[in-house]
Amino acid sequence: MAKMMYREAVVSTIAEEMERDDSVVVLGEDVVGGMGTAGGPEAIGGIWSTSTGLYGKFGADRVIDTPISESAIVGAAAGLALSGKRPVAELMFADFIGVCLDQIWNQIAKFRYMFGGKSRCPAVIRMAYGGGFNAAAQHSQSPHQILTGIPGLKVVMPSTPADVKGLLRQAIRDDDPVIFLEHKALYAVSGEVPDDPEFIIPFGHARLSRAGQDVTIVSSGLLLGFCETVADKLAEEGIGCDVIDLRTTSPLDEEVILDSVEVTGRIVVVDEAPPRCGLAADINALVAAKAFASLKAPPQAVTPPHTPIPFARELENAYLPSAERIEAAVRKVLDWR
Amino acid sequence: MQLSRDALLRAYRQMKIIREFEERLHEEIQTGEIAGFTHLYCGQEAVAVGVCEHLDVEDKIISTHRGHGHCLAKGCDVNDMMKEIWGSRDGLCKGKGGSMHIADVDVGMLGANGIVGAGAPIAVGAALSQKLDGKGKVAITFSGDGACNQGTTFEAMNLAVVTNAPCIFVFENNHYSEHTGVEYAVGTQQDIASRAEAFGMKVWRGDGTDFFAVHDTMREVLDHVRSGNGPAAVEFDTERFFGHFEGDPQRYRAKGELERLREERDCIKRFRESVTGAKLLTDEDLDKVDSETLAAIDAAVTAARAAARPTSDDVLEDVYISY
Repeated sequence: MAKMMYREAVVSTIAEEMERDDSVVVLGEDVVGGMGTAGGPEAIGGIWSTSTGLYGKFGADRVIDTPISESAIVGAAAGLALSGKRPVAELMFADFIGVCLDQIWNQIAKFRYMFGGKSRCPAVIRMAYGGGFNAAAQHSQSPHQILTGIPGLKVVMPSTPADVKGLLRQAIRDDDPVIFLEHKALYAVSGEVPDDPEFIIPFGHARLSRAGQDVTIVSSGLLLGFCETVADKLAEEGIGCDVIDLRTTSPLDEEVILDSVEVTGRIVVVDEAPPRCGLAADINALVAAKAFASLKAPPQAVTPPHTPIPFARELENAYLPSAERIEAAVRKVLDWR
Repeated sequence: MQLSRDALLRAYRQMKIIREFEERLHEEIQTGEIAGFTHLYCGQEAVAVGVCEHLDVEDKIISTHRGHGHCLAKGCDVNDMMKEIWGSRDGLCKGKGGSMHIADVDVGMLGANGIVGAGAPIAVGAALSQKLDGKGKVAITFSGDGACNQGTTFEAMNLAVVTNAPCIFVFENNHYSEHTGVEYAVGTQQDIASRAEAFGMKVWRGDGTDFFAVHDTMREVLDHVRSGNGPAAVEFDTERFFGHFEGDPQRYRAKGELERLREERDCIKRFRESVTGAKLLTDEDLDKVDSETLAAIDAAVTAARAAARPTSDDVLEDVYISY
């Protein structure tokens, strides 16, 4: 095991896979950083430091710094993937899918099915998502509810450095397009990461991060940590929570969720995306449809309100799900009569 | 450069197979047997064939909603394409794509595309892949005077220049983006190539109804791009003999326009006049190709009509996540 930050897990996994497989290429805005400036290449190694050092090691043909052209970035990733390469494209902010959704939704997600199975599109589209930085409405969003709703995409939301390592390796080796969502607030978080160069976490397998008998809490990404905090606090009162880290929202590990709810009879889904047509509503509907007889209380969702993300600290704090709101939702299902 | 007799016959056969494929679809669509939207390439054959005759299977192309001609010219199987358009499970894309979404990666045809302008960035990616492989192969995106107005095309042209990608932007100006004239929609005084030039690449222009003009121009373009000089663009002036889609009443056409185009701007007619005039091929040579082509199309339609239909189970095939 080695201790490393979430962002270090990203760049080290990309580097290892590039070393292992010549077909892996990286592209995106400022992934080299400093091109065409007095500072020169790698003056900035990507604004999230998730591509630092790759250019020096692998060169300009495999680490392609692009202009600010998201449609061209994702489109080029699609063309590279259709031509037998394994592109790892970066969208600097997940919010920018608005610029290039056609290439994600109508192109990479469709090729294999629409072209009768022969076309493969092994593209990874990485993007930084999530709130908490007062970056306001266009640089803070969690667009996984949109992306998870698109057939043909696999959607990954790692919550720890170890999961970044295992899931990103799977994403790069996967023969289908993968959306890899990295939470901005997790980049500097450290954790133990297995050294095994073949450490892979297969998609569709959620992780049980806390075990208990009384309530099921489901989450992913940054908010998973909030859920763990609540579970640890309630454990001191003798209340046991299953905390399920989804890891991937598509495919969704239905089995782990349903098995847990059959024991606890209570579920709280905690999600950073808006409530309508979202992940929390989707999972609660799943539980209502498939574990109805086990339920002891109505499924609860803890999400932001149905508004754009506000700027001011007080407003964003009120907007984002908090440990307090999660705890209140858990107590609500526990106290249900 | 003078083409051999075999090369001339092959070029004529390729153009003719596209022509008859489209003419026959135009007839069959009236019967209601073919589902969905169909956009015919008829009239533009010299462009697809004049470009693709220079390519091998490792060169890649990306096409448009009006893609049958590019697919056939690049080597997609005529029977499998016809079956696809009929929606058969034995079609080239198992009946999942239809007319607008035909692809065959094995022949370097990365896909026709229902979204106008979507192909250009994908071609840049394919070109970057060719550059990495270092074998002098190219990627070509076909676009029309409609796609030249999409931002994706601009992004793709700039990215291709910035990365020195061996990408060729072939603009087929057929004077109509759907139902709107190029005089209205293309602000650069109807000139598309100048846009590509503004992005920093070398451009060519040619008469897209003259196979030999297209073929000669593309030799220069390909020499330039295969030599590592980065991307290039070429604009061909061409004609669309049918509507935007099948069923288009074409009220935007001038009186007698289609008759005039068929008379004066038919690339296949021009080819025949040119090669027989120069005594390179005889009318008998070409008539033989005509009858072989008609028979091949007839056989393709018969096979498509009889081909296996997909079943409801096939909906879930080639899906990677199923719930």
